Parts: sequence; structure tokens; C-alpha cells
Amino acid sequence: METKTKKRTGPVIFSGYERGTAIKKALSMNREDILLEIRESKLRGRGGAGFPTSTKWMLTAAALSDEKFIICNADEGEPGTFKDRVLLIEYPELVFDGMVIAGYTIGAQQGIVYLRGEYEYILKPLQDYLETMRNDNLLGKDILGKKGFYFDITVFLGSGAYVCGEETALIESLEGHRGEARNRPPYPVNTGFMGKPTIVNNVETLATIPHIIVKGSEWYKKFGTGKSSGSKLFSVSGDCEKPGVYELPWGTKISELLELVDAKNTKVVQVGGASGFCYNKKHFDRALAYEDAATGGSIMIFNASRDMLRVLDNFMEFFVDESCGQCTPCRIGNVKLLEGVKMIQKGEYTFSYINKLKELGKSMQVASKCGLGQSSPNAFISILESFSEEIFASQNGGTNEN
Amino acid sequence: MLVEEKNAMTEEIEQLIKKFGKKRSSLLSILHEIQTKQRHISEYAQQEIARLLDIHPVEVYSVLSFYTFLNANPKGRNLVRICRTISCDMKGKDNIVRAIERELDVKIDQTTSDNKFTVEYVNCLGLCDEGPAMAINDQVFTKLTPEKAVKLLSKVK
Repeated sequence: METKTKKRTGPVIFSGYERGTAIKKALSMNREDILLEIRESKLRGRGGAGFPTSTKWMLTAAALSDEKFIICNADEGEPGTFKDRVLLIEYPELVFDGMVIAGYTIGAQQGIVYLRGEYEYILKPLQDYLETMRNDNLLGKDILGKKGFYFDITVFLGSGAYVCGEETALIESLEGHRGEARNRPPYPVNTGFMGKPTIVNNVETLATIPHIIVKGSEWYKKFGTGKSSGSKLFSVSGDCEKPGVYELPWGTKISELLELVDAKNTKVVQVGGASGFCYNKKHFDRALAYEDAATGGSIMIFNASRDMLRVLDNFMEFFVDESCGQCTPCRIGNVKLLEGVKMIQKGEYTFSYINKLKELGKSMQVASKCGLGQSSPNAFISILESFSEEIFASQNGGTNEN
Repeated sequence: MLVEEKNAMTEEIEQLIKKFGKKRSSLLSILHEIQTKQRHISEYAQQEIARLLDIHPVEVYSVLSFYTFLNANPKGRNLVRICRTISCDMKGKDNIVRAIERELDVKIDQTTSDNKFTVEYVNCLGLCDEGPAMAINDQVFTKLTPEKAVKLLSKVK
């Protein structure tokens, strides 16, 4: 496990922050003013979907209930994503302060961090950190002297299920059920954990909040593009000299990122993980932003030597394994797409069948119940279309193996 | 299972319920604790959890069978999980797997004859910048080479 070294720099999240300062400022503000500040900042969810954070908060704040919850989604399971690991290990103060501010703003008493089972080694450090916050009156009763404001945070450990990153599946899991997505509506903002109004925010979204509170929405909006304000953490892996987590303003071009991480001879960049899209050389001038190449932060780089069919095979194996099996398009669709990949590998395919599978993929995108099945065909369709020459020419109607 | 073992198990579950509360939302936390301690959740444990939480045993099995890190059947004393996702794959996870398979004389998803190790694949461990990666129980190891991986295993008791 990494040691706690704070040498990262970046425009927003890595711009330096002292624990508790944002909570102190927020407690001196009206709840409405906090909501307006966040609305002004145009902050959008960092898990990938990009839903406006202030809308989620406002709806939860407006919901009438004696109990409300703040959930931090730390079920970071998308292949190629590891930014939340870095935030939780190196910057827990940002995440937890963000949760406390959310709790104050919407009137919640309890925060829950849903930590993926693969990160069990972070559990103890997080619990210890929460204890220091309790000792410093940043959690518990009358936080920082604010009479009547009670808020506490617990950490819940997941047990290895990618689908639990979907917010309603996550809530099901917290309630002690199989992690199967719910029908929406109703949305968690009014019917969430235990049927109570609940905010589910990504780790990175929450970690951004303290900076917006301390430095203001005008400062925050200086970074990024009009539709994608602020910065984003990118988890970079694959064929490059300097993999790792980078904080860059939204609107950064793929080519700029490749240069930064010292990637050479790059053939393709997979943006958004296994459920994202592939971008070949022609598209390297595209911008990383919600309105262009949108992403939850996973950037996987493949150089010219990589076999894209093997990449696709790896992705489809992943989805077949992780589909929860609740709805038919996802449960059966992913198996069929994987079979298609194997057929191409063996050279036992027909183009008409592959085209049918692409159609099936499109059906899955609309018919699946949650984001898993809606996005799992992305890679299948985008890789086969972007690399049809490479994939089908090399297969040449059959390989020697069979 | 001996009567003594059964009683000990029941007592353990009762204590966990006291700790987490007698409610459905405690189920995963209870399962996780039993899994960590016993390395599996036996049929008897499932029935006792169900009885003490006042839910049907099928509910308990249904939940535990959903999650990758919970299992009803015993595995080896140490669990070795090798990340199979593409970033680790590109950094040479196949060589790691083959070296471990040779060294321990097992295949993926098998347990060694002395019951010391079970070797499995795992989906993305979130260590893509430091691959290839693997986990031995709840500890993670990165930037592996076949030699380093085997050496790590030799240190496990």
C-alpha cells in the first residue's frame, strides 16, 4: 500500500486543502447559499454519468423526512479506474469533509462510505481517520460548535460485485440484499437507503465540494469548458511511461494527455473503461469532457503492438462475469457478444451474424435495466467498427489454429 | 460438524448480531465477518444466521451466492487472486499465472493438495497503474514478476 505522500499537484482537487476549513465555512453559511454555490459551480457527478450534483442535493434537501443519508460511492470497479483509491488513501479529509458538508446542507445525520471489497486494506486507515475526526469535533454532536448539527460516517465493505457501483444496486447491497439494480423512478433522492431520501455521490464529486466551498464557484469555473466545469481525475494505465492519477481541467485533448504520460506509438485510447468507447488516432484531437469524450476517468492506452480483439475478449469476459443476471438483455446479450468475439478469434464467423450481434448490442443499450447492460456493448460496437480492417483482415476467413 | 463447533458458531453469530443489530441490513456485514474468520459460510452458519435474523435460509444463500468474495464451500487457507483485467493482462499477468500454477501444481480455481492455497482470477483490483497485481488474502502486491510472485507465496504460512 502506498504511503501518505502529498506531492500531487492539480488545479482543483490537488490544489491543497486543510482539514475542516470547508466545514467551518459551510457551517457559517445558509443551506440555500451552499446549494446555490454548488449550482453555480455547475459541478457534475464524477462517477461517469455526469448528473448535476446540485440537482441531486436540492431534491434531497427538499424531500420531507426525519432521516436522510449521504452515501459515498467508493465501489470503484470500472476496469482501468483507480482514482478513488488514491483519494481515499491520500486525501480522506476532502472526501469526508465533503460528506459532512452534504449532511449539513440537506439535513442528513448519517453518512456511509460503500468501499469495494477489493480495497479492504484501506478500511482500517479510514476508520482510524474517522476516529480522529470525532476527536476533533468534525463528526458527532454539535460539529465545530454548531448546535444541533449531528453527523457521523461509517464505512461499509462491499464483497466484490461490479454492478454495486450502480447507485440503486449499491443501496440494495447496503440493505442486505443481492446487488440488483432497482427500477427508477423512484430515485434515491426521495426513496433511497431504507426508503429514505439519499444522496449517492462519487468519491471524487464529494472531494471537490470542500474546494468549491472554500474558494467559490467563480474560481472553480475558471477551469474546464462551459459545459464541463472544473477538473477531472484521470486514471491512466496501459502502454505509457508514466501511468498514474492525473488531475487535468476538462477539455484537455486526448493527444495532450498522451504527451503528458509519455505514451509512444499509441494506436488506440479506451476512454471510460470497459464500458466506454475506443478512440483511434483520427480522434486524438477530441476533448475529454462531458460534451465530447465523456468519462468517469479511466484512460487505457494501447500501442501499435496490441491485438484489439484480445482487448475486446478481455472486456466481454468481464461483463459476462459481472452481469448480475437480473434482466435478460444483459444476462444473455453479453454471453452472445462474447461468443461472437470467440467466433472471430477462431475464424468461424459470418459477417451477417456479426452484424446481427451489433444490432443485439444496440438493443441491449436501450433494453437493459441498468448502466451495466446499457454500456457493455459500447466496446463491442466501437472496437469492431473502428478496427474492422485490422480484425477481419488478420482473420482472413479462418486461422491456422483450427 | 461437532456439537461444540456448532455451538461456537451460533454464539459467534449471536455476537455479530449484537454488534451490527438484528436487522436485514446487517446481513452482509455478518456474512463478511464469518467469511473472514472461517473462509467460507457453511450451511449450518447460513441456517443460524437466517434463524437469528428471522429470515428464510434461502435469502441468506441467495445473497451469499451473489457476491464474488463470499462462498459456501471451503477454500484453501490462503486465497491468491490474480487480476485478469486488461491493464494487468498487458503487463504480463499470463506469465505470473503460469509461474504460480507450475510452482503450486494447480490450475486456476483449484486448491493445492495441502489445502494451503486456492488460486483464482479476480476482476480489476484497481491497481492498473502498478500491474500486474495480485492479492494474497487482504493484502495486495503490485509490479509483479513471475519470480517475485512465487517468492511472495513462499513467505505465506
